[in-house]
Amino acid sequence: MDAKMTSKTKTKRSTTLIRLLKFVIGTYKAPFILSVVAIIVSAAAAVEGSLFLQRLIDDYIVPLTKQQTPDFTPLLRAILVMGGIYLIGVIGTLIFTQTMAILGQRLQKKIRDDMFTHMQSLPIIYFDQNDYGDIMSRYTNDVDTLMQMISQSIPQFLNSTFMLVFVISGMISLSPILTLVTLVIFLLSIGIVRALTTRSSHYFKEQQKQLGRVNGYVEEMLNGLKVVKVFSHEPAVKKDFDQYNDVYQYDSAKANAYATMLFPIMGNIGNVLYVLIAIFGGIVAINGWSTLSLGAIAAFLQLSRSFSQPISQISQQLNSIVLALAGAERIFQLQDSPVEVDDGQVTIVPASDGTGNNWNWQVPQDDGTVKQVPVRGRIVFDHVNFGYLPGQTVLHDINVTVEPGEKVALVGQTGAGKTTISSMLNRFYEINSGTITYDGIDIRNIRKDDLRHSMSIVLQATNLFSTSIRENIRYGRLTATDEAVEQAAELAHADEFITDLSQGYETKIDGDGSDLSQGQRQLLAIARANIADTPLMILDEATSSIDTRTERLVQAGMDNLMKGRTTFVIAHRLSTIANSDLILVIDHGHIIEQGNHDQLIAKHGEYYQLYTGKKSLS
Amino acid sequence: MISTLMRSIRQYRKLSILAPVLVTVEVAIETFIPFIMGNIIDKGLMKSNLDYTIHYGLLLLLMAIASLICGAGASWTAAHAGAGFATNLRHDLFYHIQEFSFANIDRFSGSSLVTRLTTDITNVQNAYQMIIRIAVRAPMMLIFSIIMAFNVSSQLASIFAILIPILTVILVVILHFGRPLFRKVFKRYDNLNRVVRENVRGIRVVKTYVRENEEINKFKTSSKGIADVFTKAQRIMSLNGPAMQLVINSSLLLLSWFGAKMIVGGTFQTGQLVSMYSYSNSILFSINILAMIFTQLSISQASGDRIVEVLNEQSTITNPNQPIEDVTDGSIEFQDVNYNFADSSHPILNHINLKINSGEVIGIIGETGSSKSTLVQLIPRLYDATHGKVLVAGHNVRHYDLKALRDNVAMVLQDSVLFSGTIAENLRWGNAEATDDQVIRAAKIAQADGFINEFDQGYDTYIEQGGNNVSGGQQQRLTIARALLKNPKILILDDSTSAVDTNTEQHIRQGLREDLPETTKIIISQRIVSIQDADQIIVMDHGQIQDIGTHDDLVKRNQMYREIYEYQQKAGDEN
Repeated sequence: MDAKMTSKTKTKRSTTLIRLLKFVIGTYKAPFILSVVAIIVSAAAAVEGSLFLQRLIDDYIVPLTKQQTPDFTPLLRAILVMGGIYLIGVIGTLIFTQTMAILGQRLQKKIRDDMFTHMQSLPIIYFDQNDYGDIMSRYTNDVDTLMQMISQSIPQFLNSTFMLVFVISGMISLSPILTLVTLVIFLLSIGIVRALTTRSSHYFKEQQKQLGRVNGYVEEMLNGLKVVKVFSHEPAVKKDFDQYNDVYQYDSAKANAYATMLFPIMGNIGNVLYVLIAIFGGIVAINGWSTLSLGAIAAFLQLSRSFSQPISQISQQLNSIVLALAGAERIFQLQDSPVEVDDGQVTIVPASDGTGNNWNWQVPQDDGTVKQVPVRGRIVFDHVNFGYLPGQTVLHDINVTVEPGEKVALVGQTGAGKTTISSMLNRFYEINSGTITYDGIDIRNIRKDDLRHSMSIVLQATNLFSTSIRENIRYGRLTATDEAVEQAAELAHADEFITDLSQGYETKIDGDGSDLSQGQRQLLAIARANIADTPLMILDEATSSIDTRTERLVQAGMDNLMKGRTTFVIAHRLSTIANSDLILVIDHGHIIEQGNHDQLIAKHGEYYQLYTGKKSLS
Repeated sequence: MISTLMRSIRQYRKLSILAPVLVTVEVAIETFIPFIMGNIIDKGLMKSNLDYTIHYGLLLLLMAIASLICGAGASWTAAHAGAGFATNLRHDLFYHIQEFSFANIDRFSGSSLVTRLTTDITNVQNAYQMIIRIAVRAPMMLIFSIIMAFNVSSQLASIFAILIPILTVILVVILHFGRPLFRKVFKRYDNLNRVVRENVRGIRVVKTYVRENEEINKFKTSSKGIADVFTKAQRIMSLNGPAMQLVINSSLLLLSWFGAKMIVGGTFQTGQLVSMYSYSNSILFSINILAMIFTQLSISQASGDRIVEVLNEQSTITNPNQPIEDVTDGSIEFQDVNYNFADSSHPILNHINLKINSGEVIGIIGETGSSKSTLVQLIPRLYDATHGKVLVAGHNVRHYDLKALRDNVAMVLQDSVLFSGTIAENLRWGNAEATDDQVIRAAKIAQADGFINEFDQGYDTYIEQGGNNVSGGQQQRLTIARALLKNPKILILDDSTSAVDTNTEQHIRQGLREDLPETTKIIISQRIVSIQDADQIIVMDHGQIQDIGTHDDLVKRNQMYREIYEYQQKAGDEN
């Protein structure tokens, strides 16, 4: 089972890697190839530099010491040539580091933009199913580690690999016997590296797990700190914390110890290698078992210096590549999520026929002509069933007819399905069976953007954006004039608090900050919906955080606004919906009662119980 | 900052000293190796002296192994010292936070404290580990290598007198231009995060108003903002690699040229040249590492500052000397009490005078922002009055032992926070020694026993973090039961039944009246029905007591009260 799992994740990783490379190379072919060439040049120049030592000693210094009047011109020439080679190497490094810096950033921007653009067309269900912190970390953490990998890990990995290949071939060209010694050490060091990295990564995983626990505990206790204080529970909490803290310490110490030991151990293995080469090379040379020149030994010593470094580099970079691939998988997963279905042909256009209604549906006919249907706001649910997940039913056989301009109230316990019903209207979700028609047109035949342009929604959780108050209201209709914005705010009774602010409508607000009270935010959301001026409105607990006095004022404005519009209202306070044309009592996804206030009171059923406080809504 | 943080080293002082000692020994041995190596070449290999070669070779091998042990030992001790120090620091910080008063808590958001306890401490831990090991190693390496290089040949070593300043200048220039850009990048990341967060959270709004394209443009602007600065920063920082290579290579060429000349002139030997190459590498790399350490430490400095900021925050409320341990009854008095936030002169509570007899039921009503909660939070000394006195059972609350006071003044906060654990465990927060019968009795008064028994596991039902598996109304009833277990002299319910239906709420009030007749009960509510049978009703408005009276009095004489009452009446029973 375990082996199967790992091989599965391995193939998944390699497909991710291939896809990623295809994407990188496909998008930036020329710079990528340029970088690889530059990497090879730079690695070759570095190794050539070490080999130069052998020629310097054997071909120049030793002969020169034997000359009566030493001629330094050939040496100068050789050093200049070497300088040239070094310079080419430096230029190679310069080219690949610079290209990778630029390429990495371009890719990063492209991946982010692609991801965000794709995300905008994902259905709401995607956002329901994915934690928002999780989505966010794809834009930052995952993209960052991915870029780190593309602009640093992969080049360094390639560089070290080429380096190692060149070093080994250089060594073989100098002395096969010494190379053999080196390779034995090489195997030994690989064993040590592996042992250390498996240990450290085991403890790092444990450390992450324990950190998660510390984090969870701290988060819970600090968010409830006021309760802790009220109950004088500090000593118990401190004791618990120490336990988490101590376990974390154990893993953290071990993880860091094994990880940081890698470097001194590898470095000193380099020293051991260095010494062994000197002793072994010395024995071989002095005994004349092989034609090993002094220069060759010196060069070999120099090469051995650049031997252990690529090995630890390779193992380290491999780790970060694996880490980054996990991030890449998450990015691809978002990009592969299916987008919202939209086969609608019907569009909405401003009406200019002078009949008094503002908008028309343009319904394409089979014969190629376009029929104009006035937008009036008649909504019919016909045997609608729905579930968020396959095989699950949340709404059962919903049948409702709403005439144009009616106010419809949805009443029921939390989780009964009120918001779900309203979310069917703008096709945030697709119904499983049945039909919903809008002025006689199946909403699935209406283009989604146009369908949504025909309605505005005020939700209980008010989402505003970090910009001025004016722009937040204007979000409802981008072409609205400043006067229109202020009128909409007045209607929502938001202008009072807005004009109290020192910057008025230009006050910058924090999208999810606490600079405005929840009630004030709701007033802004109502103003935003006002300005959209749509034939249909959905108010989902739109006034839940507004205190009784203000709500009373807002209510008058809202009633005004609802005139002539079909409105769906979900409210906690039954007082605000008693004047509805139609009240739907929802329970466990069924409509159990419908009618107006007087009818339902007379019925002495569920609504009556709720209204008289015999039953609670939460 | 440093001295505050250093207080947390404590029992890890020995390890913290051992690590730099080991690292110094390691470096000393390591820098000696090329020197002996040069001798082996010159005196052993060149002269075909096998004995010398093997003799010194074995010595070298021993030195390499000793250096390996010291190096690995330094890593081990540094990692343990670092983790130990971090654990102490986390302990100190967490304990310190536990001493915070509400006023202290209000200054720091929960999430920012969590970051300080985790990410920031990890940063400091890494920095500490670096300071006691690499930050010792690099300068030691630099100094030893320079000494050895001069020892081998002061003439050749003078090359470094030119190269070291050049390299230093290059690195300083790179850091000087690169670092501010990185700081800028972090800010732009915040911006990107905000755009994504608001988009994801508000996706329903975006889709409702069909603003996807506007959002995409907004995002692209901010992602371009990052790419522009980051590209610049990366390009500058990645000059480091080629620059290092250039300096090291120049050094090798210079050494080769002058070294060769000296060897030919007979004042220098081949093996010495080989050892000079090693020293050149060590010297130049150490400088590079120093630059890296400098960058890393300046990043951790911000974390250190954020931790110290919390450690230096003095709790505004501490236990008095010779505290009073007994709260004899539930009477309360406010004598000309003002309260304002530390950084403001604008009073949140203004000249509050109030007398409550033991056992009375008090209702408080008022708009959001009228400071109802602040008023009652002065009673268990969650905040201290800025001016005036708050008395409980005839004594100033400042003279009581904090635990004794808070055990006798039970407060149910507006946010009903439960903790992960079973229902019974949560309720026993009120009294760890409570018997099962006492727990059940409290739950019964709070009208929680009924729904608890409907759960399969009853009182052993596990409450998830955040209490998401029980409804809002159920959470509120559990928090009331938890407070009742304290068997308090004063019980304060701060809008704690808002999600409970009126019928159930009435049962709770009835239970409180019958089972806790001696207890003073203070009820804050938005609903007049919840408080209309109170002995006194306080109408709060903008931090002042606007009126006090019974329901009948207030309906007659108080316009604001009457308006709310009539509106709620007309609306039928709320909920």
